[in-house]
Amino acid sequence: MYAFEIERPTSLSDAVSALKAEGAQALGGGQTLIPSLKARLAMPEVLVSLSAIDEIKGICTDDEGRICIGGGTPHGRVAAELKDSYPALASLAARIGDPAVRNRGTIGGSLANNDPSACWPAAALASDAVIKTDRREIAADDFFAGLFETVLEEGEIVTEVRFPVPQAANYQKFAQPASRFALVGVFVAKYEAGVRVAVTGASESGVFRWTEAEEKLSSDFSAAALEGLSHAAEGMIGDLHGTPAYRAHLIGVLTKRAVAAAG
Amino acid sequence: MHTQLDVNGRAYALDHDPRTTLLDALRDHIGLYGTKKGCDHGQCGACTVLVNGRRINSCLTLAAMHDGDEITTVEGLGEPGALAPLQQAFVDCDGYQCGYCTPGQIMSATGMLEEAKAGDPSHVSASLSGDVALDDSEIAERMSGNLCRCSAYPFIRQAIHSVEGKE
Repeated sequence: MYAFEIERPTSLSDAVSALKAEGAQALGGGQTLIPSLKARLAMPEVLVSLSAIDEIKGICTDDEGRICIGGGTPHGRVAAELKDSYPALASLAARIGDPAVRNRGTIGGSLANNDPSACWPAAALASDAVIKTDRREIAADDFFAGLFETVLEEGEIVTEVRFPVPQAANYQKFAQPASRFALVGVFVAKYEAGVRVAVTGASESGVFRWTEAEEKLSSDFSAAALEGLSHAAEGMIGDLHGTPAYRAHLIGVLTKRAVAAAG
Repeated sequence: MHTQLDVNGRAYALDHDPRTTLLDALRDHIGLYGTKKGCDHGQCGACTVLVNGRRINSCLTLAAMHDGDEITTVEGLGEPGALAPLQQAFVDCDGYQCGYCTPGQIMSATGMLEEAKAGDPSHVSASLSGDVALDDSEIAERMSGNLCRCSAYPFIRQAIHSVEGKE
């Protein structure tokens, strides 16, 4: 690791102030950032640890019935607490990494990092979630901006993510077995206003909505409605784990499985 | 910088470089060598400890992030002559060959049994609600963060089975 200083604010306002320092970077659960620091892929001058800020942790339901997850809430807590109120979200959280990672890694950190193979971006996008920060609210449709990029400004902290609860939903992940990141992951969520399908792990530009599938499923929510529909391989990721054509094929397969499992 | 840690019920005031991981703080500053450094990248689980009762990889967290936290390492579970039930079970069942992953396995299993007792479902649970029945597939999934290069998994599962529900 390159040298850095650490700040340990206990309130959101102190964290926001600390992040105004030159070269400052927020440190959530650290399950991605600390390996990156060890590999010298990141060189912040000041790390602002968000671990001790209780006001951005925890899960509640707001007046509109949306599930509100604090940005500093670890995946393990989501897996344990949302099994009744939003099972697809709990199931997604229960498949991130391994148990020790789930006890530290946070939803806010995952969304802010926007790894193209991470699970949370698919859940946020398919659920039409609202991402609340220390300064504004951002619709998931506007939040993700390509590989490891979001519209977050310098020093902006994800404080809460609000998920409208769907009528039915399911997340299918074809996991890379060593890392358990998604080789491809598809989150399908059915709302009164229509069906949303978000795909992670597949595209060279990060998480995206498969609008053609959404249109078919919004008029007929069944796997059969997707017969004959396939996703183009163009723009999909090709690496040692799978070719673009393979990933494109998986999108179709996993979407059907998600619809079948959501019922 | 300064960080206060409560390790196995004893308070330690550390003066350390900000880059010090919790793992290095335990081993190099405090002198507790039970917690092992395997991969140092959060993949093998040899460095698993409990922080405020929850299992985490001590290599993937900085000591400075744990000011005031309660840490439990394998030394805090029991000692020769007075082993914790899980420690004794690993001995009785030969739950290791080389033994390097064992402290991490035992700490992870300690945390895992508490999670199961609290009713936390896993990805392989047939139902999301009700009591958790820890069969082989449940234990394998719940212990998936702890690798054993000697592949002593059958005996590790046996050791965990043998203490489950006995505490």
